Amino acid sequence: MSWLTEFVRPKIRTLFARREVPDNLWHQCPACQQMIFHRDMEANLKVCPHCAHHMRATAADRLAWSFDDGAFTRVELPKVPADPLRFRDSKRYSDRLREAREQTGLEDAIQVGHGRIGGRRAVVAAMEFAFIAASMGAAVGEGIVTAARLAVMQRAALVLYATSGGARMQEGMISLMQMPRTVIAAQMVKEAGLPYIVVLTDPTTGGVTASFAMLGDIHIAEPGAVIGFAGARVIEQTVREKLPEGFQRAEYLHEHGIVDMVVPRTALQATLARLLGLLMAADEPAAPLAA
Amino acid sequence: MRHFLDFEKPIAELEGKIEELRRMSEPGGINIAEEVARLTDKADKQLRATYAKLTPWQKTQVARHPDRPRALDYIRGLIEDFTPLAGDRAFADDAAVPGGLGRFKGRAVVVLGTEKGADTESRVKHNFGMARPEGYRKARRLIALAGRFKLPVLSFVDTSGAFPGVEAEARGQAEAIARSIEACLDAPVPVVATIIGEGGSGGAIALAAGDQVLMLEHAIYSVISPEGCASILWRDAAQAATAAEALRLTAEDLRRLKLIDAIVPEPLGGAHRDREATIKAVGEAIERALVPLLSQDGAALRAHRRQKFLEMGREGG
Ligand SMILES: [Zn+2]
Repeated sequence: MSWLTEFVRPKIRTLFARREVPDNLWHQCPACQQMIFHRDMEANLKVCPHCAHHMRATAADRLAWSFDDGAFTRVELPKVPADPLRFRDSKRYSDRLREAREQTGLEDAIQVGHGRIGGRRAVVAAMEFAFIAASMGAAVGEGIVTAARLAVMQRAALVLYATSGGARMQEGMISLMQMPRTVIAAQMVKEAGLPYIVVLTDPTTGGVTASFAMLGDIHIAEPGAVIGFAGARVIEQTVREKLPEGFQRAEYLHEHGIVDMVVPRTALQATLARLLGLLMAADEPAAPLAA
Repeated sequence: MRHFLDFEKPIAELEGKIEELRRMSEPGGINIAEEVARLTDKADKQLRATYAKLTPWQKTQVARHPDRPRALDYIRGLIEDFTPLAGDRAFADDAAVPGGLGRFKGRAVVVLGTEKGADTESRVKHNFGMARPEGYRKARRLIALAGRFKLPVLSFVDTSGAFPGVEAEARGQAEAIARSIEACLDAPVPVVATIIGEGGSGGAIALAAGDQVLMLEHAIYSVISPEGCASILWRDAAQAATAAEALRLTAEDLRRLKLIDAIVPEPLGGAHRDREATIKAVGEAIERALVPLLSQDGAALRAHRRQKFLEMGREGG
């Protein structure tokens, strides 16, 4: 690889990624192959207007789509030690982190904001798949703990958009310990008598599913989302049989009683607003906001 | 017949020679005592040298040694009046997660474990230590029982991980693990977990989110198996030794990272060379970990346990 691709390209990509995409751009739906006008796709929350395929949404999308009138305050998340194991596979973990930061413009695979949903106070935490497959390391764990603490402090609901390829292997056991840490976060919200709603999006697997993502008061899944503990390939290798049709899809989980409802993205905000309206009193007195 | 690991070959050869000499000497009475003593000393030194600096990959093999004491061995060795309890009250009993009531050093306790099995038949019966949702739900039920009767919970963890299967997923494997972690964290009684062999990822933490987490000297505790990690990050399962190194899965590493609370030393040559001594040492370590917890009330235990996990991984680097 030349010095040009090595050093210059990521920066160019960063600039490009952050620039507004022109409105006259077309996208092709990966499911039905039809062309979609960029503006139509954004207006339809990245759901294909032809076949209703749900394309991957970013954490920023989730925040923008969740709150009333799209208005929210972004929450700055605490820093965690970077690369605590000084992990290196084919690449240094520190380099992987730097590249992911340049490509996404995020510190790690989670973003948190607070505002109102259906008039009720809500903290929203959204995971970002583009950041090392939204794998859970200390930063994600810390983001969830922070979101939970903020929800308790504000007497707000916690809405969590889950997506994850699994553990952040490069953080070894620190990654595994995010399971109990995020379970504690979920407990804090529930103990405060506040709603904890998990929205499972494509894909949600591994340690994230086996911790905070399965402890919601209510579980909502997006249509077609793959949700499970073990990866389909691992299961296939273990049981040496063909997996059933629709296995680990949102609809399969609904059928098996693991999620409460499968809700199309375009109906999600209204669903969240209705649920919070049913679960929370209209005028919960707000505790004074700490910084 | 002792089972030797690959890296133990030089020791195996020496011990083989000693065995041979002993057999030869029986009738004739030729003077081989000196030679036997010399070889024994050499084998001993070799064993000491090898085990003093086991690599993480070698430790992985020791942790998986077929003759290593398993959960039921510890339960048999340390728990009197063991009374197994069965089932999750919803679907089935999971033989991968033995558990029940018993007495540890005179005190009534709830005991839990993940059991790999000792021979082909029992390995199949215990599903090689890979629990299904009903196993984690049984754990949760027994931890709740412990809370109701103010009994400490002792767990013995030895699993390559939760079972990856179609039925397990359909019955909510992820939810079962999450609830089991929650039960550990919620318990208003002391929870002492011991990683005795392999602490495999979510399937292990499900029974190990305790006040005190002990680990045997050559046990491993990891977010993913070295083979799994190698095939994902190196795209080559043969890089498992490199992955084992990188993952920091040894007791020493995890103690340094403050992710476990204490290390239980193993006899020379690993737990499988002296099972009785290992089980005894684990019993003593559990006692040391448990006693200070007994004077704390439920609320204090829960608060300290939470604090301990919330602080993990936040400093250093
Ligand atoms: Zn389409």
